[in-house]
Amino acid sequence: MTDARTIESGMAAASLTAQNSPPDRDQLAVRLLKRMAGQGHEFVLNVEFQAAPGFTILFGASGAGKTTLLDCVAGLVTPDAGSIAIGDCVLFDSSRSANVAVAKRRVGYVFQDLALFPHLTVEQNIQYGLAHLPQAERRERSSAILQAFRIAHLALRRAREISGGESQRAALARTLVTDPAVLLLDEPLAALDAPTKAKIIDDLREWNRAHRIPILYVTHGREEVFALGERVIVLDAGRIVAEGTPHEVMTAPRQETVAQLAGFENIFDATVEAVHPERGTMICRLATTGHAGPVLLETPLVRAGVGSALRVGIRAGDILLATSRPQGLSARNVISGRVTSLEQRDVIVSSRVNCGVEMEVHLTLAARDSLQLATGSEVWLVIKTHSCHLMEK
Amino acid sequence: MTIDWQAFWLTLQLAVTVSAILLLVGLPVAYWIAFSRWRWKFLVEAVVALPIVLPPTVLGFYVLVALGARSPLGRWWISLTGHTLAFTFGGLVIGSILYSLPFAVQPFSASFAGVDRKLMAASATLGASPLRTFFRVIVPLSVPGLITGIALSFAHTMGEFGVVLMVGGNIPGVTRTVSIDIYDRVQASDYAGANATALVLLAFCFVVLVLVYSLNRKAWAVGPAK
Repeated sequence: MTDARTIESGMAAASLTAQNSPPDRDQLAVRLLKRMAGQGHEFVLNVEFQAAPGFTILFGASGAGKTTLLDCVAGLVTPDAGSIAIGDCVLFDSSRSANVAVAKRRVGYVFQDLALFPHLTVEQNIQYGLAHLPQAERRERSSAILQAFRIAHLALRRAREISGGESQRAALARTLVTDPAVLLLDEPLAALDAPTKAKIIDDLREWNRAHRIPILYVTHGREEVFALGERVIVLDAGRIVAEGTPHEVMTAPRQETVAQLAGFENIFDATVEAVHPERGTMICRLATTGHAGPVLLETPLVRAGVGSALRVGIRAGDILLATSRPQGLSARNVISGRVTSLEQRDVIVSSRVNCGVEMEVHLTLAARDSLQLATGSEVWLVIKTHSCHLMEK
Repeated sequence: MTIDWQAFWLTLQLAVTVSAILLLVGLPVAYWIAFSRWRWKFLVEAVVALPIVLPPTVLGFYVLVALGARSPLGRWWISLTGHTLAFTFGGLVIGSILYSLPFAVQPFSASFAGVDRKLMAASATLGASPLRTFFRVIVPLSVPGLITGIALSFAHTMGEFGVVLMVGGNIPGVTRTVSIDIYDRVQASDYAGANATALVLLAFCFVVLVLVYSLNRKAWAVGPAK
């Protein structure tokens, strides 16, 4: 008896400390490699990450491997190599040929198309995962979750007869009632209008405050990332390209690729001169050639320290030209320079301006004529902070 | 002109027995065909479908040989029971099961394969074993296919001739089915009797199929929206 109490109080103490620092025992650890044969090309999912209790957003374009990743965690798809574990509980480990059956993983999965059983009532759907419990407890648990998700009035309706928002709630309730150790949500709210979505997210947050399990939430909507995000993992072509808080990740320097550079006529090497987190901006110094003075640009804040090297991309069409120094502008960057060339391309005038670095600026014919621009004219370039796109060097 | 009601009764017994056994045997076979990823699966599918194209006499002949005293199967049965299966009701049931197998299995497996895989995945993630998934999700959503399969194998057995003649012969009350009876009457130039019996068989089969298909329509109406 004494021993039991000691153990109990020990556990209570452990769970108290666990609240302060995320407990490892509930953490989802994933390291996996999966080759998938696509149409004409091979797709490789190769990721490694940990997800602590709470929301972890998996963000990425369609085809980035988000759903495949969830399928691997749920056991619906077997990885080629790697390991998946919840705390000490190994679900998959290729080195030990361990592969726990889907039904025994305690991984809750809400599919994008919900997959409610159409021939069963909402209540039968919710009790589906409770078959191992005595009937009284089954009833108790299902009525509690029906209340919590505000669908008690639908209990006896067939799943195929209820509306989209109601189906989302029923599908969430059906999965949550089984008390999973990890929850996978594959764009479960994609088809909903914003207010309904917000209400369901609130209910989900409420539930998670009580249960504290890792939740992997797949989305490709930016608003959802900021609404839910404690932590974001960005997937691109089967790889993790960024990881962190929504603010860090969604504004992080993106890998410079041919696709992303398309349309950027001006690309400069730069170093971070100063960081202003309170303003959400930072100052970058562009690498200048020869004798010219420094060119400083105020740019959006990204996750980069003072002194780190970046690349700044500015579209030629995003730069304004003025023949006298403009006053009272919202744009933060006003730089003086001299026109070195003017060249008409179809209905666009491409002007090159030397302001320490050479920038390409696109104007209309009318703008050129009304400004009476010519080679050698003294001009001011106006560049908005958010027209400066930062990329990793 | 009298109608051989004994033959009717026997045919009905045969059809009901065969349909019931096909429901039991057909479910696992159809499940396997619908979901197995074995690379040689098509061979099994071809074997199951064979009775559709095979002349009934050919199938009947091989069943007769297999049941006879010269085959290991026949010898085993004789050592168990003391008599051969050929020319018995049991032999007829075996022959008819093989003959009607594709008519049950193909609609079964087609409707199993039509069940949304996501529902099966959902069932598994909710902790259900494959067996529970089968009976709680796959079968209820395949009811129209099951009804079609059973109706087809029932009707097919009701009217079967060649296999019965080869395996069962023509023993009144044991293996003499309605179609054999009709054939006999025509051979004996009893056209009136043949006509009456044929009409009864026609009417019966029509009524059964009408009932089944009307039920099936209803099953569709409340069934999954496809």
